Amino acid sequence: MPRVYCDANATTPLAPEVLDAMRPFLLEEFGNASSIHREGQQARRAVERARETLASFFHCREAEVIFNSGGTEGDNTAILGLMRAGDHLITTAIEHEAVLRAAERAGARGAEVTFVAPRANGLVDPEEIRRALRPATRLVSVMLANNETGVVQPVEEIGKIVAEAGAYFHIDAVQGAGKIEFDVRRFGCHLCSISAHKMHGPKGVGALYVRRGTPLDPLMVGGSHERRQRAGTQNVPGIVALGKAAELVMTNLVDGTIERVAALRDRLEAGILRIAGTAVNGADAPRVANTTNIRFEQVEGEALVIALDLKGVAVSGGSACHSGSTEPSHVLMAMGLDKQAARASLRFSLLRTATKEDVDRVLQLVPEAVEHLRKLAPTTVAG
Amino acid sequence: MNFDTSIAVAMSGGVDSSTTAAILVHEGARVVGLTLQLWDQTRLAGRHGIPEAPKAGRCCSLDDVYDARRVAEQLGIPYYVVNQEERFERDVVRPFVAEYLSGRTPIPCSLCNNFLKFDQLLRTARGIGAERIATGHYAINEFDARRGRWILKRPADRAKDQTYFLFGLTQEQLARTLFPLGRMTKPEVRAAARRHGLRLAEKPDSQEICFVPGGDYKQFLSAYLEEQGETMPETAGELVTASGAVIGQHDGIFNFTVGQRKGLGVSSPSPLYVLKIDRASHRVTVGADAELATRTLLARQLNWIAIEKLTAPMRVEVKIRHRHEPARATIEPEGADECVATFDEPQRAVTPGQSAVFYDGDEVVGGGWIA
Repeated sequence: MPRVYCDANATTPLAPEVLDAMRPFLLEEFGNASSIHREGQQARRAVERARETLASFFHCREAEVIFNSGGTEGDNTAILGLMRAGDHLITTAIEHEAVLRAAERAGARGAEVTFVAPRANGLVDPEEIRRALRPATRLVSVMLANNETGVVQPVEEIGKIVAEAGAYFHIDAVQGAGKIEFDVRRFGCHLCSISAHKMHGPKGVGALYVRRGTPLDPLMVGGSHERRQRAGTQNVPGIVALGKAAELVMTNLVDGTIERVAALRDRLEAGILRIAGTAVNGADAPRVANTTNIRFEQVEGEALVIALDLKGVAVSGGSACHSGSTEPSHVLMAMGLDKQAARASLRFSLLRTATKEDVDRVLQLVPEAVEHLRKLAPTTVAG
Repeated sequence: MNFDTSIAVAMSGGVDSSTTAAILVHEGARVVGLTLQLWDQTRLAGRHGIPEAPKAGRCCSLDDVYDARRVAEQLGIPYYVVNQEERFERDVVRPFVAEYLSGRTPIPCSLCNNFLKFDQLLRTARGIGAERIATGHYAINEFDARRGRWILKRPADRAKDQTYFLFGLTQEQLARTLFPLGRMTKPEVRAAARRHGLRLAEKPDSQEICFVPGGDYKQFLSAYLEEQGETMPETAGELVTASGAVIGQHDGIFNFTVGQRKGLGVSSPSPLYVLKIDRASHRVTVGADAELATRTLLARQLNWIAIEKLTAPMRVEVKIRHRHEPARATIEPEGADECVATFDEPQRAVTPGQSAVFYDGDEVVGGGWIA
C-alpha cells in the first residue's frame, strides 16, 4: 500500500520541473555567480533570471529580493537586522519558532518585545496590534498563514496600522506563499520571508523581500553578494530551483489547483468530523486551502501520529522538541486550548498533488485508530 | 516466541535496551522502537551549581536519543520518541522531592517503572498496535499454569538483578512484557551487541538517577524548587542521641538518610550514624552503628506477584535496598494494604521511602514501600 503524505506544511517533494531546472547548475553550469569569466556569467544570469521571477512573485523590484538559506534565515535577518537596543518589537504568540526565538534574542540584546495573543479562532486582531504600539515600536512581525492551523492573518489591515505608526512591518510568509494571492504592496510590508521547500522546491534556499530603503543589517557578513545584504557564495542551483518553484505556484493560484486542494481538504475535514468528540481548531477563521487542524478528545495525539505512521499515513502533532518528541503546540495553547486539548490535536496538510483516493484512505484509517486509542485511554484523564 | 503482533521495545540508547531490540529483530519479531522523553536535561542548567552543559550518557540526553535512533536505523525498525515529561514530573520528580523534604529516601526508578515504563509506555505501545513491550531489564517473567499467575524471577546475572525495581508490576503488565536479557549475563549481552554490530556495545552502564545530574540530589532539590518558584521548607532542627541529648544542629532533614555517616557536622569519638528522621519535630536521631539494626519493618502500598494476596504469615527473604543481600523474615498481613516483616536477624538501616521486596528463592513474592 503506497503511503499517504499529509504533512505538506512540514515540507514538500521537489517538483520534477524544478529538478530539471536546477540540474544543469549542479553539473555543467557550475560557475560561481561572483566570478568574472564565462562560467561565472552563466551562473549570474541564472540567478538574475530567478530574481526576476521572484520579483514578480512578491510584486516588487528585482533589487528588493535577497536570496538566502530559507525561512529561518529570512525571519532572523528581518528581526535581528532591524532591532536595536531600546527599540520595541511587536509580534504574536503564534509565530514560528524562527520568529519567536529571534524576538527573544532581540529582547536579550536590549529590545522590548510584546507578544500579542490571537483570538480563540487563531486570528490576530489588528486592533490588538494597534493597542500594542508605542512610540519606540520599530518593527511588527506577523505571519501570513499559521503553519499549524492554516489560519490566514489579516496582514493587509495590520500593514495599514503599522504604516500609520511609522514602524516597519515583517511578514513570515513561509506557509502562505503559493497558497494565497500574494502581493507585498498590498500587504504593506517592508520585509517578507519565504522558503523554497514548502512549495516543491529544495531545502536550504529561500528569499527575503526587503523594501528599498529599509535599514537592514545583514546577518551574514563577508563578500559583497546580494548587494552586500547577504554574504556567502550564492546557491545557484537552489536559487534557480526557487525561481522555478515560484513560477509553478503562481500558476497554481490561477489554474484551479487551490480550489481542488480545498475541496479535498473539506472532504477530509468533514469525514473526520463524523467521528464523535472531534473539532477543528481555527474552524471559523479564513484558512489556507490545504490545512486542517483537528482535535480528537480523549486521544493522545502523539500516539495517533505514530499509529497512523505505522499504517502508512504521515501527519504531524505539535511542534517537534529537541529530542524529536512532540511538545503541546504553543499555537493552540495561545488560542486558549489547555495542554490536554493541544496534545490531542493533529495537523493534516495536503500536497497540491493529493488525490481523492489519498483522502479516502485517510478517512478509512483515522476512525479505527482513534477508536482503538480511546479504548485504551485511562478512565481518569491524566492532567 | 509468538510474534503475531508487533513488540514495542523501550529504547534508552544504552547497551541493554539496544541489544534487546537487536535480539528480537533477529528472532524475527516485528519491532517498534520507542524512547520515552522523560526529562529535559537542560532544564535546570545553571541553577545552584548544575552545569550549563549537561554531560553525555544520561537517560533522555540528546546523545542517548541519538544513539537509540541510530540503533533503530541500523536494525531497520520504526522508531519514535514519545514525550512523557509532564507525567514523569508529576509521578516521579515531584514525589521524589516531596519524599526528601519529609525526611524519607525515595527510589524514583521504581516509581518510573510503575507509572511510566510499564503503564504509560504499554498503553502507548498498544495504541500504536504493539500488544507487548520488551525492555532491557535483567529479570525473568514466566507464566505458571499451576498457580495461574505470571511470576517474576531473579535473572541469570545476579549482579545485574533489577527485580527490586520491578516489584510493582501487575499481572496484566507482566503478561504483556518481555525481558529478553533475563537469562543472559552482562558480558553475554555485550557479546551479543558486538555480534549484532551495535556501535555502542562498549558504552558504559549508567548508574545514577537519570534526572539528577552528577548524582547530587540536594543540588537538584534546590534547583528544582527555585525553578518552580517554591521556597525550600524550613526543616532545620536538632541532632539528638537515642536518649534525647541534643548534640548539634542541622540545616534541614532532606540532608539525611538513615544509615548516613558523613556530613553530620558533629565530632564524636566513635562514628555516628543517622538512626531516625522525624518529619514533625525535624529532629534527626544519631547513634552507633549497632543501634541501626532493626528487627521489623512496616511495608505499605503492597503489590503481590507470586501470590494473589497475603492472608497468613509467610516465610520469605526481604531485600530492603537495591544492594542488600535478602534477609530471612516472616511477613504477616497488617491492616488494609500493609504488612509487617519480622527479620530472623536484625537488619541494618531500614530506610523509610525505600521499598521492601519479598523473595521466595528466585521468585518475587511481592513488595511494598517502607513506612
